[in-house]
Amino acid sequence: MPVVLENLGKRFGDGAPVLDDVNATIGQGEFVALLGASGCGKSTLLNIMAGLEAPTSGALEVPSDGAAFMFQDAALFPWLTARENIELALKLRGVGKADRRVKSDELLELVHLDGAGDKRPHELSGGMRQRVALARSLAQDRQLLLMDEPFAALDAITRDLLHDELERIWKETGRTIVFVTHNVREAVRLGQRVLLLSSRPGRVVQEWHVSEEHRTDAGLAGQLTGVITARLREEIRRHAK
Amino acid sequence: MPNKSLFSAAADAVPDPARDDASPRAASVTAALTRSSTGKADLRELESGLDSLQSGAASKARIDWSRILLPVAALAVLLIVWQLYVSLGFKRRDLVPGPLDVLGQLGTLWGEGKLQEAVWTSLQRGLVGFLISVAIATPVGLLLAQVAPLRRAFGPLISGLQVLPSVAWVPAAIIWFGLTDATVYFVVFMGAIPSIINGLISGVDQIPPQYRSVGTVLGASRLQLALQIILPAALPGYLSGLKQGWAFSWRSLMAAEIIAVGGTIGFGLGSLLDQGRVLSDMTVVMAAILLILAVGILIELLVFAPIEKRLLRRRGLLAGSTR
Repeated sequence: MPVVLENLGKRFGDGAPVLDDVNATIGQGEFVALLGASGCGKSTLLNIMAGLEAPTSGALEVPSDGAAFMFQDAALFPWLTARENIELALKLRGVGKADRRVKSDELLELVHLDGAGDKRPHELSGGMRQRVALARSLAQDRQLLLMDEPFAALDAITRDLLHDELERIWKETGRTIVFVTHNVREAVRLGQRVLLLSSRPGRVVQEWHVSEEHRTDAGLAGQLTGVITARLREEIRRHAK
Repeated sequence: MPNKSLFSAAADAVPDPARDDASPRAASVTAALTRSSTGKADLRELESGLDSLQSGAASKARIDWSRILLPVAALAVLLIVWQLYVSLGFKRRDLVPGPLDVLGQLGTLWGEGKLQEAVWTSLQRGLVGFLISVAIATPVGLLLAQVAPLRRAFGPLISGLQVLPSVAWVPAAIIWFGLTDATVYFVVFMGAIPSIINGLISGVDQIPPQYRSVGTVLGASRLQLALQIILPAALPGYLSGLKQGWAFSWRSLMAAEIIAVGGTIGFGLGSLLDQGRVLSDMTVVMAAILLILAVGILIELLVFAPIEKRLLRRRGLLAGSTR
């Protein structure tokens, strides 16, 4: 099991806990969607898994070499071309110069951006930038890939295509992916498993398995989306005054 | 994971999306809920179409004549107004010489070789002093920007030094170093170093915090983070610090040259200006002032402007500006 979370808790200073008693295990090569309303500590949980923040209680087990991370905005370095952004990740990993060129070619090809390697981030569309960011996080060559609402800022057409794209790349590379989102449809579209986090404090309250049939049968997928949305709204209503 | 498996293992094992169907568009499109493309080739085609729709066409660079003609016209207008004012004869000609008188004086100075000597001496000192300042200020600035206790301790002092006119150091420098080049360089350093440090620090302060997170996630060490992410990210701020640093070293140099004359200090533009004052020759004074200004403008146009423009264009920060 690459990721095990046990009674994980997090509070900032003396405030109310953001995360409380989070339990989850994520298997090798699994695609897990982490779903929740705003303020449920999804991003905090992801940061803890990435080692950017420390939990205040509980235990977690993550791969010893750390995790690759993809942010909501592409966060590409504007002074580097698309290829150089990918090569920087390889360089910081200690890959030699000749290998970097070959690898970056492979990765650009993987995200269907061969030919755009010499463009700078500002010359790329939002979707292209996110694909470069995906290639960069794959360049880290970590088994675990954490994604923090990576498609939230994209237009609907691009997002639908990137869903297909991410699914394809996940299958081709065999990564373990934890995908944070507040979009129920996105969670059902991508995850093999959807974990619902409650808000204030964040805790895993329910989980659903998404089968291969849901990928091809829109009716089935719609039904599951409805069920999960209802449960999510129930969670939100608890906070009404 | 071994790198080879990146592509090879997948090709045959992938179930649905990788299969290139013969009739891709026959299937109903139910985007958002299920797969919306019907195969690898279809997805690739869709993406490439979207990419070309969403990225703008590259604009071609061409020579914009208004960039050259407008400044030249403005200069010509100023010269005409100056000549007009002088010909109206409100003031004595030896107190307010006209542009032609000054031009004549410049010709004389050129003939004597004084002009070349003064410009060369000053320019050389200014550049050497500036380059040494950059070499000192860059590591110090990076250190101050990255290490919080150091920043808190020395930050106010460095900002303060920037406010202190570097001319104030001239008397001290003369007492310590006498009338030597060391005096001139010392004053230049005290002018340029604080402003370069401040520019670098404010450049670092303006870096989006996410760049650091990305660097950390990518596994950069502290040194790698500073050199490969912080420094290039802070480059626009650093460059304006350098510009200001150059302006400060040039100004300080002129002040030092005007005040400290004689000894082993060579003959620079400041010395020429002071000589004009001593001889009460207004044409020499005006010629020296125009030369000091011209060197400043030329350095800006030939060195800083192209670097800055290139830097901003590469980062996509030039669109819509009036440059």
